[in-house]
Amino acid sequence: MRRLILNLTLALFAAGKAHALDAAAVAKLAFGESDERIAAIGILVGSGDPLAPVLLKALVDGELQAAGERVLIIRGEEAIDAATGAKVSPLPAEREDVIANNRLRAAAGSALASLQLLAADRTARLEAARALSGSLSAATVPLVRSALAAERDGEIRALLAMSLATIDLASEDRATRLAAIRMLGESSNAAAKPLLIAAAKDRDPEVSTAAKLSLIEVEGRLKWAELGGLLFTGVSLGSILLLAALGLAITYGLMGVINMAHGELIMIGAYTTYVVQNAFRQFDLFEWYPVAAVPAAFTMSAIVGMLLERGVIRWLYGRPLETLLATWGISLILIQGTRTVFGAQNVPVENPAWMSGGIAMAANLVLPWNRIAIIAFAAAVLVLIWLLLNRTRMGLFVRGVTQNREMASCVGVPTARIDTLAFGLGAGIAGLAGCAMSQFGNVGPDLGQGYIVDSFMVVVFGGVGQLAGTVYAALVLGFANKFLEASSGAVIAKIVVLVFIIVFIQRRPQGLFALKGRAA
Amino acid sequence: MTRLYGPKAWAALGALAVVLFVVVPVFSLAVPAGSPFHLSQYWVTLIGKIMCYAVVAIAMDLIWGYTGILSLGQGLFFALGGYALGMYLMRQIGREGQYQSELPDFMVFLDWKELPWHWWNTDQFWWAALLVILVPGLLALVFGYFAFRSRVKGVYFSIITQALTFAAMLLFFRNDTGFGGNNGFTDFKRLLGYSVTAHETRVTLFAVTGLLLIGTLLLGRWIVKSKLGRVLVAIRDAETRAAFCGYNTLHYKLFIFTLAAVICGIAGALYVPQAGIINPGEMSPANSIEIAIWVAVGGRGTLTGAIVGAGLVNFAKSLFTVWFPEYWLYFLGLLFILVTLFLPQGIVGLLRGRREAAA
Repeated sequence: MRRLILNLTLALFAAGKAHALDAAAVAKLAFGESDERIAAIGILVGSGDPLAPVLLKALVDGELQAAGERVLIIRGEEAIDAATGAKVSPLPAEREDVIANNRLRAAAGSALASLQLLAADRTARLEAARALSGSLSAATVPLVRSALAAERDGEIRALLAMSLATIDLASEDRATRLAAIRMLGESSNAAAKPLLIAAAKDRDPEVSTAAKLSLIEVEGRLKWAELGGLLFTGVSLGSILLLAALGLAITYGLMGVINMAHGELIMIGAYTTYVVQNAFRQFDLFEWYPVAAVPAAFTMSAIVGMLLERGVIRWLYGRPLETLLATWGISLILIQGTRTVFGAQNVPVENPAWMSGGIAMAANLVLPWNRIAIIAFAAAVLVLIWLLLNRTRMGLFVRGVTQNREMASCVGVPTARIDTLAFGLGAGIAGLAGCAMSQFGNVGPDLGQGYIVDSFMVVVFGGVGQLAGTVYAALVLGFANKFLEASSGAVIAKIVVLVFIIVFIQRRPQGLFALKGRAA
Repeated sequence: MTRLYGPKAWAALGALAVVLFVVVPVFSLAVPAGSPFHLSQYWVTLIGKIMCYAVVAIAMDLIWGYTGILSLGQGLFFALGGYALGMYLMRQIGREGQYQSELPDFMVFLDWKELPWHWWNTDQFWWAALLVILVPGLLALVFGYFAFRSRVKGVYFSIITQALTFAAMLLFFRNDTGFGGNNGFTDFKRLLGYSVTAHETRVTLFAVTGLLLIGTLLLGRWIVKSKLGRVLVAIRDAETRAAFCGYNTLHYKLFIFTLAAVICGIAGALYVPQAGIINPGEMSPANSIEIAIWVAVGGRGTLTGAIVGAGLVNFAKSLFTVWFPEYWLYFLGLLFILVTLFLPQGIVGLLRGRREAAA
């Protein structure tokens, strides 16, 4: 819009042709009382003159000056007369700024936006309609009304209708109020609700009833969008839990190693993402950093995981309680190590531009791209792990060692190496989870601590020893958390879920999907 | 009845009692403050708090070292005992709080008009003392019953006790729960009419804690020396076999788990007036795991080892937090790893092994 006005101004300067605005209105705008000035904006906008937006823009930007009776639009060393559009040079020596208070500024801004409603470009119109919603002033109502009549795009129409209805509801005329209520009843915007609730208190019984009916319609529509949103956040949380728990499903579920440092492997993945992001920013490739961050996070966490397995965990196989304590010690060292290297504060990880924003499904339901990307990512990781475990030689070995270590060893499987590799795989997946989490949450030394209880719950709930249980458990817990959160708040939701799992494990110690037969 | 200790050990215990009940009070109360032999309030309180931890460690040794149940919920029982007495201490502040109200300050701040139901009768010391025992005990009894009945054991039990602690911590962090949210209870004024900050009160609390420590040690020793203790060790080493021998392992495990919870609760109740604060941070899962390392350092299944471990680790913690706080977690982490890898018997176990090898 700024460029458009600049062009207009330049064109005017170049032509030097005399456009004529209503001189009285210009004078009123510059020198009048507060209400007169706002009325003047309406007159100027209504004139349809190309000079009007230039004048209003100058008012908003503080580029309007008065020299005696004349009103000047100042551009650096040059100026044009606001009423005639004629070039003024040299500049008069005695000039005063025309001061605009916030109310006037807002009215001028909304008038400018309403002029944009007639632009040919859809995005410009949409932007203008968004800018207008909630800030529509009476001066620009006629213009918006004619714009609505000419508009074909549904989204823009809805926004404009909403803005107009807000004004019309305050109208003295009963028919206007009724029409506005009917219009609001067709919207699926959450902002319509408070307006209709207010309208339901109207003194006129007919208006009041109409408002109540419209309210029911809107609420019904909103409910669906809300439910959709809840389902989406449930899937989203489920996919995050799934990513956090998939690594554990391998190290704990398959190998039986209880790794309390799993959360810290997630944290290492997130910090690796941070480092890669900074490196890519240096080379101006910021948009592409996830491409490198994903494998880097996997590798980094996998290496740390394999070192842990070689250095500590392998000496404790068969002693799960000792493993628990030793890996807890590891997690403390990793947390403090991160604090020493990166500082105790959270570090900023930003989304690349293609991951910000979202798809608007309805006025109150926007699906953010970064959440969608993480759901897709979790699904992809799941498929890859499944293929790796069920369709490759290494996967066969892992399953063989899990089921019968001695026999696997007898037929020539290098069990110790398989242990290291499998643990590395689980750790690497934790790194991937960290990479995903860095895209929407805080990245700090305590990142992993928040997930350790949750991810163990997912694995335990789903049943040890297989991936399908983990997937179902992650989704169920994700939904349960979000639905309870909607009805009773986040903390209570978390407590209820934890208590539910504690009770559940006591009923079914093998988890949701226990292996049947001898394998269990 | 079997003898609890040999004559040498009784002598050592007697010496400890003399130190706790005579030497410390004399050196901190009778010796004037300027004298180099004066024991300042800082040290009395620090050692008093460490003795509370040592009591918790003995309880942990009973359930983990002897019975093989690694509970990661002992910090919760400790904190519950602390909160129970904390409620009494809050009520004793009376109208001397910031807002000069009968209600504790945080309730005034939340604009509550009356005490919530669970604060009923908490201005009575006997009721608070009863809660100190009943709340952790009942929770352990109910939770343990369901867990042990469905044969949840090993790491599973550790994880669900950790989840329980975590859930409780979240619950206590809420303002609406009525326990002061994340600030918890603090600014205590009086205990049974005596000022909690007075030096005499601190020394008395110190002596009471010492009494609890010695009492818990003797009780623990009596349990592990009795037939009951033998069954517990049998459950640790081969639970199925013990069950086949006709012992109902559920009852034994439930008894020792509940007893340990009650002991932790009492230790927590003595800890709060000495520390001067209780907040949900005490319930964090990290605290409960730390208790396990005290026992592991000292030596599992030795009881005295638990005291040694709790003393050493917490003393080291106080030194680290004063001199180089950023290295404390490295030290603690390494302790976890090295003790589990290289010192499975702990310090006391190591010494005992040496002595037996020499003999």
